[in-house]
Amino acid sequence: MSKELIHLNNISKSFDGQMVLDELDLTIHENEFVTLLGPSGCGKTTTLRILGGFTTPDTGKVIFDGRDITNVPPNKRPLNTVFQKYALFTHMTIAENIAFGLKIKKKSKQYINDKIHYALKLVNLDGYENRMPDSLSGGQQQRIAIARAIVNEPRLLLLDEPLGALDLKLRQEMQYELIRMKNELGITFVYVTHDQEEALTMSDTIVVMNQGYIQQIGSPESIYNEPENAFVADFIGDSNIIPAIMIEDKLVSILGTRFACVDTGFGHNKPVDVVIRPEDVELVAPLDGILQGVVTHLIFKGVHYEMEVMAGGFEWLVHSTALHPVGQEVGIKVDPFNIQIMNKPESEDEEAVSIDI
Amino acid sequence: MTSKSKWLSAPYALWSVIFIIIPLGMILYYGLTDKTGAFTLDNIIAITTAGHAKALRLSVLLSLVSTLICFLLAYPLAMILANTKTNKHHFIILIFILPMWMNFLLRTLAWQTLLEKNGVINSVLTFLNLPNLKIINTPAAIVLGMVYNFLPFMILPLYNALAKIDKNVINAAHDLGAGSVYTFIRIILPLSVPGIISGITMVFVPALTTFVISALLGGSKLLLIGDVIEQEFTRTSNWHLGSGLSIVLMIFIVINMIASAIFDKDGEGSML
Repeated sequence: MSKELIHLNNISKSFDGQMVLDELDLTIHENEFVTLLGPSGCGKTTTLRILGGFTTPDTGKVIFDGRDITNVPPNKRPLNTVFQKYALFTHMTIAENIAFGLKIKKKSKQYINDKIHYALKLVNLDGYENRMPDSLSGGQQQRIAIARAIVNEPRLLLLDEPLGALDLKLRQEMQYELIRMKNELGITFVYVTHDQEEALTMSDTIVVMNQGYIQQIGSPESIYNEPENAFVADFIGDSNIIPAIMIEDKLVSILGTRFACVDTGFGHNKPVDVVIRPEDVELVAPLDGILQGVVTHLIFKGVHYEMEVMAGGFEWLVHSTALHPVGQEVGIKVDPFNIQIMNKPESEDEEAVSIDI
Repeated sequence: MTSKSKWLSAPYALWSVIFIIIPLGMILYYGLTDKTGAFTLDNIIAITTAGHAKALRLSVLLSLVSTLICFLLAYPLAMILANTKTNKHHFIILIFILPMWMNFLLRTLAWQTLLEKNGVINSVLTFLNLPNLKIINTPAAIVLGMVYNFLPFMILPLYNALAKIDKNVINAAHDLGAGSVYTFIRIILPLSVPGIISGITMVFVPALTTFVISALLGGSKLLLIGDVIEQEFTRTSNWHLGSGLSIVLMIFIVINMIASAIFDKDGEGSML
């Protein structure tokens, strides 16, 4: 892992007596694409505003490259922000918007012009120098907001749900562009979103947050494949979360039926939760399965069929390219590698709450 | 719009014909004719005579000074109001609108009573053995009356314009390295221009045309153009000259209105 750039040390923040962040600790490395992911009200935006200097934490420190910047105002921080809904200066041209930060730094005219040209090229909006922000589409305005931030060569770029207002297709396009820009510029991105797909697509590291706590930090693969608790499992993608008993290492009893798994170290006869992704549930002939059940729902989703199978008293969510009509008797099989064992939540905060996004 | 709903505007249309269009027509007629009914521009040109020109100059000067004072008082307040998150700002705005619920004439008369040679303020000053104020019947008294009466008309459009500015736009300016002063000059002030223009119009126009404030607080020596026009109609009974001078005043107002229409596209001033 590369050098440490940001360290959030024991940050707490409450608004009107309501705890938004509770003793948060987070380290961000240089040149990393970090996504803060969580439902609304989880504290991700507050974390970003603390990084940007727009909110002061009640306790704790913000360390930037070894320097304590907790009380440094936003205009003195070596970072820039791309705001939700763009926040462009509507009374200025695109060129003036982009030049805003550079003029404050008293750069030469030639330097500023070169930078404007370079930035517009980077965001694929060559030739828009003299347009006004209002004459641009939402996607274009967002690109200008990014251009306005990156010309200042910040070491850290904060992005607050920058794609939230765009339609699906544009959002996906911008995701790839952001990855490209990050690689071209070689700066650290901290990205806030409630969209798990966005997080999985773009991030090097995902920080899943809920109710002011970090639930899990990891690569998109590890967050998706090895969620540490039911909240993470439920928030990232669809999943079957089933209460189970860990009988011994590598053997778990799910709905009274024994399944082989690969996890160890949970002890003997310990209650756990298992997570099985819907695409990991294999439907086979009834007698070939470990569990037997009946298909109760069927929806065509384009790439695959989404089915619900009643088996062992649990409604299993199954994704499969093979069609099994409603009413058909099927057997359920799960590869031991695809059974993810999680400890039962110890506190309320870790519980899988209903997600409002 | 259906033809049916067009009829809903009939009462107002009738009203405006009787009370706006016809009177304006009459002003134009009287202003551009002499007593024999012949066409003349004399009533318009009369503005250039020494007494009239002096009154117009004084009107413009005092209105400009009052507008400037209103602006300087209102802008900081409007900024504070726009940044007040809670519902408190409704209450604060109410405080500023409250005097407007009282009759304009009464308010001005109250100031007369306060400022008079033997008025309330001077009585208190005498009681405290302090030198008396000689404000009544000076331009300062007229400006005071104008500022007092027209200040709310400056606050509200400014507040509307400032409240509309997205907080993140200001945050973005800070984020890009701008300090408070630079952000104010480059971002907040330009974005509030529509409110500034409406506020200026809404204070300057009534201040320019007033004759009550000057009559009550300025004594008989300080004539504003409004007083001159009033006298032509009521005392001299020279409707032709009065109308001619009114037309000149209207030209000033129309210029101001056009300027405000150009800048205030969003109609911030239409709140009142």
